[in-house]
Amino acid sequence: MSIVASFEIAHTRVLGPDGKVEGELPPFARDRDALVALYRWMVLTRAFDAKAVALQRTGRLGTYASGIGQEAVCVGAAHAMTPDDVLLPSFREHGAQLVRGVTMQELLLYWGGDERGSDFAGPRQDFPVCIPVGTHAPHAAGAALAFKLRDEPSVAVCIFGDGATSRGDVYEAMNVAGAWTLPVVFIANNNQWAISVPRPAQTAAETLAQKAVAAGFEGLQVDGNDVIAVRQATTEALDKARSGNGPTLIEALTYRLGDHTTVDDASRYRDDEEVGRHWKEEPIARLRSYLTAAHGWQKAEEEALIAACAAEVEDAAESYLAASPEPPEAMFDYLYEELPADAARQRAAMLAQE
Amino acid sequence: MAKARTKSEASAGTADLTMVEAVGQALARALEEDETVILLGEDIGVDGGVFRATDGLITRFGADRVRDTPLSEAMIGGLPVGLAAMGFRPVAEIQFMGFIYPVIDQIVNHAARLRTRTRGRMTCPMVLRAPYGGGIHAPEHHSESMEAMFAHIPGLRVVIPSSPARAYGLLLAAIRDPDPVIFLEPKRIYRAAREAVVDNGGALPLDRCFTVLKGADVTLVTWGAMLKETLEAAEILAGDSVEAEIVDVATLKPLDMDTILASVSKTGRCVIVHEAPLTGGFGAEIAARLAGEGLMHLVAPVERVAGWDTVMPLLRLEGRYMPSAERIVAAARRVLEYA
Ligand SMILES: Cc1ncc(C[n+]2csc(CCOP(=O)(O)OP(=O)(O)O)c2C)c(N)n1
Ligand SMILES: [Mg+2]
Repeated sequence: MSIVASFEIAHTRVLGPDGKVEGELPPFARDRDALVALYRWMVLTRAFDAKAVALQRTGRLGTYASGIGQEAVCVGAAHAMTPDDVLLPSFREHGAQLVRGVTMQELLLYWGGDERGSDFAGPRQDFPVCIPVGTHAPHAAGAALAFKLRDEPSVAVCIFGDGATSRGDVYEAMNVAGAWTLPVVFIANNNQWAISVPRPAQTAAETLAQKAVAAGFEGLQVDGNDVIAVRQATTEALDKARSGNGPTLIEALTYRLGDHTTVDDASRYRDDEEVGRHWKEEPIARLRSYLTAAHGWQKAEEEALIAACAAEVEDAAESYLAASPEPPEAMFDYLYEELPADAARQRAAMLAQE
Repeated sequence: MAKARTKSEASAGTADLTMVEAVGQALARALEEDETVILLGEDIGVDGGVFRATDGLITRFGADRVRDTPLSEAMIGGLPVGLAAMGFRPVAEIQFMGFIYPVIDQIVNHAARLRTRTRGRMTCPMVLRAPYGGGIHAPEHHSESMEAMFAHIPGLRVVIPSSPARAYGLLLAAIRDPDPVIFLEPKRIYRAAREAVVDNGGALPLDRCFTVLKGADVTLVTWGAMLKETLEAAEILAGDSVEAEIVDVATLKPLDMDTILASVSKTGRCVIVHEAPLTGGFGAEIAARLAGEGLMHLVAPVERVAGWDTVMPLLRLEGRYMPSAERIVAAARRVLEYA
């Protein structure tokens, strides 16, 4: 017998749950302002999230998937990207979309049931939310192929959940990305749950990162509650893709602190005790501890930041609530570049109703 | 008698082509005229496709633009969505329609709705080609006609050629179209006949039926390979002095009902012919529209001649499944009995 292949999966963490440095601090993380910027995005994301849930609870938003607890994955990944890269999120990565320049009003519009929310004014190349789990992974390979064919330095960044890694199309996308050395970074946002299915029930694989091995490229794990580690791992994967060395799969270990969505009740399938344990590892308090210890982050600064984020969220919610509705014929007006006669008659019939 | 040619036709060259050669010629023309056109599919490169539709294209246009893919249909359906959203015009081939089903997810959930769901910010000008239909004694899963499944999807075009010239002109139109198109190629007639095809880059109109035979007595509506049996039926009927009019639907979605209604308003009688199973077949849509919009023109019930509602039989019984010219003639005679 001889061993013809073997693999190792690296795990990296810079800040431990208590905010103490456990790993090697990457150069960017020595800069106070850079860390405060990441911190601010995470705080803003959480404030937005709380507002979205509140709007849903009061009947002013549709079903919403909270991303509470997963701010570091979203912010760390998106913050590492350049404007010319392309983000392909699933449906829980509000923080990543915000960092990319999607506005809170746009996100609220989308979750409030208005397609204009996906007509981003900011990142015109970024893909909209993807609800059919994992189906956007092949799009990432396609976008990456476009960059490669045009010899552009852009990279596609595709985020999906732990549940999504069980799907065939996620593997098919990773497989072609490996076979064609495409500039794409896959991020498995492993929040330990796919609605009620816990991570161990999803796959017998020890790590999700190792799914990259079968596709012929590197997979690695990061502490997904450590925004420094996520940002650094993403930067390295982006650099590698940009320099023509193909894809990477980053498994970011985090935890879904909230219900699956506003129509889910997670107490049906998991213990409060488990959730409580994970609150001790969440990303915002972790970075705050480090900022306080290493950079003298002041209470006054904290209060000012929280107040500023709250005001921004309130403003966004107000302008969302004040948005005039789209005319009903909009449902026809983007079906095709030019509306075919057949559909034009239905459009007229719809408008003739009432 | 030699037909006078325009200069551009002459320089472009006319050749007698089979349908599969015409498909290849349209693909070559598209690759030549638009550098954003990229072909993808299983075995389409060095092998030239299992039906040779892409024969020689990899040599002319290179492996970057004529891409052999892994065996991976969900990817072949989904990767072009990303490519198209980023400004390319991908033309993906599914080797046989029987393997297209994983792709439906991408078509319904993404390709056909990307423009709508982003309010026009992103578009999906992709073409998905697939050989389909029975009659060539192929293995199991290689002979079904499932066009109606696609015709049900809003935001999509479904196009089916019935001759070499139609394949050339409609495929070019599909590739140039700014929205996603499913282009189904009736493989039974891939090599059944040759036709003069002018390779001048001229597209045929989408969203329009073609009236291929003029007649005043009965309208025969069909598409794809069944045009052959329908033409044979018209010839038999002509022997009885019955003049059939034949409408080749060509674009199933969006449907050009005006042409069909105009014909039926003249003939008062309609037989719809398709190879796909009867129930829920696209003939049902046309019949329902006739009942709704053309009832006053009709002097007889609308007949449908279709495949049976059976699992597509293997090659020994395949012939008993396929609609025949005789069945079409019999249906036409039944509707002609009404005064
Ligand atoms: C293809 C598909 N199957 C099922 C669903 C219903 N569904 C929505 S989210 C979800 C769980 C997804 O889990 P995961 O990939 O871990 O992402 P998370 O929700 O944890 O962010 C399911 C089953 C869906 N949206 N798409
Ligand atoms: Mg999950």
